[in-house]
Amino acid sequence: MSAKSPRAMSTGLFRRVLRKPLGVVSGVVLILIVGGSLAARWIAPYDPLAQDFSIVKQGPSAAHLLGTDSLGRDILSRLLFGGQESLGGVLVAVVTMLIIAIPLGILAGYVGGLADRIILRVVDVLLSIPGTIITLAVLAIFNNSMFVAMVSVGVLASGAFIRVFRSAALSVRQELYIGAARVAGLGRLRIMAAHVLPQIRGVLLVQVTLFSAATLGIQTGLAFLAFGPPPPAPTWGGMVAEAASLIQSSPWLLVPSGGIIAVTTLALCLLGDALRDANQERFTLAGLERGARPVRAGAGAVLVPDAATVPDADREEALAPNPDALLSVRGLTVGFGAPGRETTAIQRVDFDIRPGEVVGLVGESGSGKTVTALALLGLLAGNGRITGGSIRLAGEELVGMSNAELRTVRGARIAMISQEPMVSLDPSFRVGYQIGEAIRAHERVGRAETQRRTRELLASVRLDPAVADRYPHEISGGMAQRIAIAMALAGRPELLIADEPTTALDVTVQADILDLLRTLQEETGMAIILVSHDWGVVADLCSRAIVMYAGEVVERAAVSEIFAAPRHPYTAALLRSNPHGARPGEPLPTIGGAVPPPHEWPVGCHFAARCPLATEACRQAPIDMAHLPGHRSSRCIRIDALAAELSEVAS
Amino acid sequence: MVRLIVNRLLLSIVLVVISSIAIFFLMSLVPGDPARSILGAAATPDSIERLRQQLGLDQPLLAQYGSWLLGALRGDLGESVFTGDQVVTLILARVPVTASLILLSTLVIAALGTALGLLSAVRGGVLGKVLDVVSLVGLALPSYWVAILLVALVAVALRIFPATGYFAFADDPGRWLLGLILPVAALSLGGVTIVAKQMRDSAMDVLARDYIRVLRATGVRESSIVLKHVLRNSALPSLTVVGLTVVGSLTGAVFVENVFVLPGLGTLVTQATTSHDLPVVLGVGVFFTLFVIVVNLAIDLLYGVLNPKVRVS
Ligand code: SF4
Repeated sequence: MSAKSPRAMSTGLFRRVLRKPLGVVSGVVLILIVGGSLAARWIAPYDPLAQDFSIVKQGPSAAHLLGTDSLGRDILSRLLFGGQESLGGVLVAVVTMLIIAIPLGILAGYVGGLADRIILRVVDVLLSIPGTIITLAVLAIFNNSMFVAMVSVGVLASGAFIRVFRSAALSVRQELYIGAARVAGLGRLRIMAAHVLPQIRGVLLVQVTLFSAATLGIQTGLAFLAFGPPPPAPTWGGMVAEAASLIQSSPWLLVPSGGIIAVTTLALCLLGDALRDANQERFTLAGLERGARPVRAGAGAVLVPDAATVPDADREEALAPNPDALLSVRGLTVGFGAPGRETTAIQRVDFDIRPGEVVGLVGESGSGKTVTALALLGLLAGNGRITGGSIRLAGEELVGMSNAELRTVRGARIAMISQEPMVSLDPSFRVGYQIGEAIRAHERVGRAETQRRTRELLASVRLDPAVADRYPHEISGGMAQRIAIAMALAGRPELLIADEPTTALDVTVQADILDLLRTLQEETGMAIILVSHDWGVVADLCSRAIVMYAGEVVERAAVSEIFAAPRHPYTAALLRSNPHGARPGEPLPTIGGAVPPPHEWPVGCHFAARCPLATEACRQAPIDMAHLPGHRSSRCIRIDALAAELSEVAS
Repeated sequence: MVRLIVNRLLLSIVLVVISSIAIFFLMSLVPGDPARSILGAAATPDSIERLRQQLGLDQPLLAQYGSWLLGALRGDLGESVFTGDQVVTLILARVPVTASLILLSTLVIAALGTALGLLSAVRGGVLGKVLDVVSLVGLALPSYWVAILLVALVAVALRIFPATGYFAFADDPGRWLLGLILPVAALSLGGVTIVAKQMRDSAMDVLARDYIRVLRATGVRESSIVLKHVLRNSALPSLTVVGLTVVGSLTGAVFVENVFVLPGLGTLVTQATTSHDLPVVLGVGVFFTLFVIVVNLAIDLLYGVLNPKVRVS
């Protein structure tokens, strides 16, 4: 195959398959089986029809490696010759299928329009015809001709494959270079032959192997039912039938005959899988797995060097959990990946939330805000784990709690609403039912009481009680976010984590939701952690802000103070680039560069690469939190330089 | 929803007509005389002529098809060339066997496939690996071969279940079930693994959705998340696969009935094919097509029940 298409892409595909042990083994097995059948005339030890009644129904021996059948014929030889019939039948079906499916599939997908619609209709019909019966009818009409039967199998199967090739061609059509070829004036046919066909080659190979596996089952099955060449001609299916009739006296016969079919099918399936994986890899970035960096110093160790020069009164968030805080987070570190080889996503995160306080968690995407929020509830995705630190809720340690224990926290004490309200509701259930579930998760209440509370919650988020009967796809994004808030309030939490609650909403709806959150906070007295990248939202709602950058907290301060005088260059840059903080008339500055992904974190200050004040000292070693007067802290060693620069700009 | 069903039914009618036309068309393609090839080398010119008349082969193709279609609409599918029995009578006598087989295996496939898939999505690990291997083996081993093995091991060697034969449900429900256990097992193996794999994939997909995280964050019990939300949302794609395996089990039934010597439609059509009894093959074809239509319709209806978006529109 690679000889026919000496292109880089194709050799790439084959090289990838060669890297998969299962793919290689399957390929070798298939080559052996196909080669053995083709060369049967030369390599078979005996004539497949030669009978020897002195050695009937023998097990494997040196003379007859796979034993002999009831007429004393050598089974290995019969298998080798039988392969010609079975594999030949598969080839007939595959070729027939391809002759029909490739042109029609490409035509439907690439040309589209009327041709597409007609072809799809025909495919619908082909797909619903009971193929077996047609094949059997063909056998009845065409006097047991296996050849014609396999042609009809190919025709009947082409429907499904037209669909596969159609969608492959469809996706190719949308690629840019096809447009370029069209502009260059190449005819449709030539474009299809030159561009579409090579592109769908990967899909094609996968489908051909899988279809071959299925067809082998049909071919041998028909032979098993005594269709096709009559005895004594050797066929794989016929040999299974023979074995079945002798099952009591010589069960061994079932092994080689069924085994060769199973091994061939298995090899085809595995090769298909390997091809599919290799084909998919071609389209994903190869660099994704690169550079998982081991975690650095243990979480406990990083807490120690916190500046000893800071006055005691301002170290309240530094070491020990704060007993007065509702939530006290210390040294929180989260890793993703296999234990021992984790990629650190956030490290040594410290902060406190007091009862009833509204705190903003600010940073660009990739700064670790959402990971921090999810870690608080023990809801890290996939292979994420808390690898160090402590989370205390009113003095109680949450890190290390079992899921069952955490369930009493989730919703009841800490609740959460997320970024995308439309996907945070289960599309299959009415929204009222989902609110009811949230209520019943924490209290054993009857149906009537659940309904009453549901109405009450809907009213509290300013929704008509009738909304309860709607499905998520029948409500707007703003309504969905209100429902999500109602669900979060159902357990009467002390702390609400709102992860970018307005980002996905229309600008007009955003203000309403923020208003609602403010009112609800005042009514219930719950604390709120507002995760956001928008200073305007933070200024609107929060009294304090925690700024994160590349997995670390870089600054903590009261919102008013941060706006007046940021004490970290990142906060300063973030404020400058924010439309809400911009001075009228001045062009909006942006921070050059991007947040580095975890495996590219530098040893020293994470912000050094983008920091205008960076010096050599910044890059030497991890930067510790500096605690400043007025309950402020900043992870920077050049706070004075920043302050001087800011006052210079101001004057 | 109603429109969907009407569309389906219309398509189905087209389907029956097309598949019967296809067979007629194929008959006309046969090189030489079908009557001769049916009767074989020993035929006399007389007997060939008689068969030609009986099959209506002396008429033009369109007229042949017309009279067959008119008969079929009246419930008359012609007579067996071989035994002279009414095709409809022959078929109806055997429907219960095939229907029992397919009904039971569908239940097994749906229930076991769903349970295994869901379990391996939630528990993952070892069960997932086992499922992978079993499903691969299930795909690779031909169903008739598994059937033979079951007969050999369980029925003949251990003498637990009857190896072959069929008892009518009305006569003896116990023996009916006992006799069908092995055939159903052989018929279901492939389907169970296919459905389980699909179920696992879609359940894992659902488990990664935001609304599952929201439910967890709300403190909803994991058991009710899995049994209500994951099950309900992953049921849709699995349903399609169940439908496909049920349709596919028609083919499986032909093989399995032969191995277990069950007097169903599969053995009927095999015998008819061997003896070139075209009216019977055609008749069974009509029944199988009807079956496919009914299954597809049932799947569509269930889909509508499960998917609120379809139900509303
Ligand atoms: S430590 Fe250095 S590089 Fe980091 S923010 Fe401060 S001045 Fe910039």
